[in-house]
Amino acid sequence: MTQWSGYFGLILQGALVTIELALMGSVLALIMAFLAGMGRLSRFFVLRALATAYIEFFRGTSIFVQLFFAYFVLPLVGLELTPLQAGVLALGLNVGAYAAEVVRGAVQSIGREQHEACIALNLGRWHGLRHVILPQAFLVMLPTFGNNAIELLKATSVVSLISLADLTFQAQVVRAQTGNTMVPFATILVIYFILALLISWGVRSLERRMARGLDGVRV
Amino acid sequence: MDWDWNFVREIMPTLIQGVKITILATLLGSVLAAIVGLGIALARRSPNKALSRSVGWVAEFIRGTPLLVQLYFIFYVLPDIGILLPPLVAGVIGLGLHYGTYTAEVYRAGIDNVPRGQWEAAKACNLSARQTWSHIIIPQAIPPMIPALANYFIAMFKETPLLSAITVLELMNQAKSVANTYYRYLEPITLVGAFFLAISLCSVVLLRWLERRYGKIER
Repeated sequence: MTQWSGYFGLILQGALVTIELALMGSVLALIMAFLAGMGRLSRFFVLRALATAYIEFFRGTSIFVQLFFAYFVLPLVGLELTPLQAGVLALGLNVGAYAAEVVRGAVQSIGREQHEACIALNLGRWHGLRHVILPQAFLVMLPTFGNNAIELLKATSVVSLISLADLTFQAQVVRAQTGNTMVPFATILVIYFILALLISWGVRSLERRMARGLDGVRV
Repeated sequence: MDWDWNFVREIMPTLIQGVKITILATLLGSVLAAIVGLGIALARRSPNKALSRSVGWVAEFIRGTPLLVQLYFIFYVLPDIGILLPPLVAGVIGLGLHYGTYTAEVYRAGIDNVPRGQWEAAKACNLSARQTWSHIIIPQAIPPMIPALANYFIAMFKETPLLSAITVLELMNQAKSVANTYYRYLEPITLVGAFFLAISLCSVVLLRWLERRYGKIER
């Protein structure tokens, strides 16, 4: 009879790394999403071109290739990254590119009359964006952001391939040590699923909170 | 480390081999995903509550867990119960099942988007269930689905490098073995990225054409 409790501890450690990775990746993705999403709506051609190039590049190549590039190729040009840094960088930049399109779509979905109202109230570009447009647009973005966060969580499993000890990696370790394949893989599948459920539940409750006070505003 | 064109020329044939397997896996996976998705969508519409609920949960589970772990599961766990699959077959099944849960949503949306009036008109014209589906619903539901389905197939294409983790000799795996033989990572990994970017950009052009031809993807 194998001593499962010890192995389960190992898998829990992996879960912590996965959660850490997903959180840091999400923060970077959120920052990149707003930078690139707003960049695509900019008045300046250079900003628009930069944002478009970033989005198309990161959506066009696979997350897997980006991760390997960050981990194996960047050191050759003098940028040494730990597996965790490479993972966060690749995940954040990749999912950020997808989320940038969400930001752009949501901001564009806010009606013309809201922009006109900003002008009528003599709000500057920044103030109009900050107090009128973004609060409404953010509500439109939230559900898709939730999906993006789940995609990011799922993508963290790829990081095990550059030897970061996340859930998937630990499951491989347990498998190698016990010779049992079924239990570790079934366990981590369930853990991933619970984490995904937590994300979608969190996003839904955040959505309800944010929608409060915006009654009557078309969402 | 400098870019070496001679080395590029030397490794190109190996990489092309990999590209072929990558494309083959994508095509087979797409066919399987299209079929699995249809099965899931129909099962979820079934009047049998037990069937539609359980299929719904399974689909939700598959969508909430990482493809990489599912591939490990198919490739390493199934042999324990006597199902031994060649790597490529296991990979195609993994891709097909995973993306089948996504295409199921496309089918569902496509069918739901056929206006109620069409169903009622079919009933008023005394069409049987079969005639209603084949002459009224399907012809109207399919065209708007096509760009959305194509979108998922492109996404699947970008996930194929994961198959290298279960020893399928696709593009990424060929590149890694080349890199490990010659201790040069810069060219192989960059070329893999270039291949993916090139194929994705071509498929984006195709997608835009499909969108123009069959209508926009709804977000």
